[in-house]
Amino acid sequence: MLGAVWSLLNPVVFLAVFTFVAKVLGASVDDYPVFLLSGLLAWNLFAVSLSTGAQSVVANANLVKKVYFPREILPLATVGVALVDFVLQSMVYFAFLVVIRYGFVLGSIWLYPLAFVALLLLTVAVTFWVSSMNVRYRDLQHLIGLALLVWFWLTPIVYAAGKTHAQIVAPGHRWGWLFWRIYLLNPTAWIVFGFQRALYHSPDANKALAPFTAQQLGVGLCVVIVILLFLLYATWRIFFGLSGDFAEEL
Amino acid sequence: MSIAIEIADVSKRFRMYREKPSSLKQRILSGRVRAEDFWALRDVSFDVAEGEFFALIGQNGSGKSTLLKVIAGILRPSEGVVRQRGRIAGLLELGAGFHPELTGRENVYLNAAFLGLSHRKTDAVYDDIVEFAELREFMDTQVKFFSSGMLVRLGFACAVHVDPEVILIDEVLAVGDEAFQARCLDRVRTFQKEGRTIVLVTHALDMARQLCDRAAMLDHGVIHAIGGPDQVVREMRRTISKHDLEFAREEGSREIEILGGSLHRGADPLAGALAPGECVTLQVDLKANEPVDDPVVSFALHDGANNFVFGSDTAQHGLALGRVDGKRRVRFQLGPVPFTGGQYWVTVGVHSRDNQRVYHVQDQRYSFEVRQTEGRRDQTYVPVTAEVEDL
Repeated sequence: MLGAVWSLLNPVVFLAVFTFVAKVLGASVDDYPVFLLSGLLAWNLFAVSLSTGAQSVVANANLVKKVYFPREILPLATVGVALVDFVLQSMVYFAFLVVIRYGFVLGSIWLYPLAFVALLLLTVAVTFWVSSMNVRYRDLQHLIGLALLVWFWLTPIVYAAGKTHAQIVAPGHRWGWLFWRIYLLNPTAWIVFGFQRALYHSPDANKALAPFTAQQLGVGLCVVIVILLFLLYATWRIFFGLSGDFAEEL
Repeated sequence: MSIAIEIADVSKRFRMYREKPSSLKQRILSGRVRAEDFWALRDVSFDVAEGEFFALIGQNGSGKSTLLKVIAGILRPSEGVVRQRGRIAGLLELGAGFHPELTGRENVYLNAAFLGLSHRKTDAVYDDIVEFAELREFMDTQVKFFSSGMLVRLGFACAVHVDPEVILIDEVLAVGDEAFQARCLDRVRTFQKEGRTIVLVTHALDMARQLCDRAAMLDHGVIHAIGGPDQVVREMRRTISKHDLEFAREEGSREIEILGGSLHRGADPLAGALAPGECVTLQVDLKANEPVDDPVVSFALHDGANNFVFGSDTAQHGLALGRVDGKRRVRFQLGPVPFTGGQYWVTVGVHSRDNQRVYHVQDQRYSFEVRQTEGRRDQTYVPVTAEVEDL
């Protein structure tokens, strides 16, 4: 029970702080806490799974070396824990949306499950990979911290993708279109686009959100999901291949 | 009878790194990694039938524990496959499958979950487990405070109560006290009667002989012998002794040297095993490096477990060799051999009559084998003639 309290406290504090900050300092995005948390909760699921999942096999060395069980359980369990956090935090967030009478729009909420599926596939796939690689290369977990930091800023969570897009593809910026294309190769960007479009609908949402309609994002996310299915299969094969040696490597 | 465990051409390669890169940094900086292959198992194939009690024996480092881990699924074989049927419970290492931070109770549920038991089914056997382990008052203590004996008891209790079809036991049982070991053996025998399959790794050769239906001996990762436990244990003892032969002691001042000893059946060199009650001749050839007065030649027999069983010498039988110069051949005619099945080791020596000077001793250098008569449990052989007369 105490664990649940901790994970509920996190979004509550976030919402309180950012409501306050947005009011006092002013923000370039309307209803900034709503905007921020729509993407941040998804990111948290991904980042927490990765950083704890990296150690999931190593931390349970005494079990892996001595008992047989499907090794996949270990990274999946860490994703599971992060998923429980995600659900609890989302409940707080939805309650917040209801309390401040922000509400939901039916026209785009259908993107939410799509984005969620993509998020889960990506999280499981990458966690499989890092947890198995970390058995041989123990410093991977430090690299993951750095990689997550960079990746976080490559994902439009705290800044508004729409505004960034407007800036970099503005006339006079020679390579802007190229940067934007590269930016769109990031799967977490698409996932966060999806969550934001599903939940954020302030009057000038179109300026803040990525320049795609809900339909376009839907198609985009479907493509991402198909790619992620292949990725998941590939990382599971890697995990399975390496798991035969776990008991020796640990 | 159907097969419980099928081991087909299983090899297991370990990579031995001189300097194993344990981080990406080292991996990148050190370039190519030098690794040597070490084959812990090589083309191991055999089946264990359902309901069979199978023993794996071998010297340290022969690959028995690796094989057991491969059967348990903890290690994946580099080549070949292992197929098992049914639930496998393993007692592979002390405290295996226990989490030190959890209490005894939580660990029972964890362990049962690993063996595929639901929470409800574990509830049903929980009391039996605690009863068997005799740890009722410790079940709410963290396992890290348990002694090794307590860990073994809890581990064994879990393994036998989850209704496994196959149970794998490594040497952990040796940790428990005698009373507990006796109960474990009892339990294992019940298992055997219930038609479950047991694979045991052990160094206790006599226990293996008493309990098991079949045994395999591993030597450097290959099956060296497989079959009835008596035969395999004998082979094991022979191999161990042969290895020891390199260290077989030879000592003495060498005024007289033993050129060689040999065993004969009648006039022919001994080939094959003797039957109980057969006669054998021990022949010792000597060469004097300088003239020696009145030396005594002696021999001693040890059984496979290195117990002294019999010895004699020329003086005892009133044979004086006189002044020895050059070569001599001494023969001991051993009457009907009273020994039963086993390997016997012969020590021969030559020394002065008062035993003050040892000229030359070859310690357990030669051996012969006596056959065990099928279906008999004789401890010794006594020549018997039977007759009948009318009263």
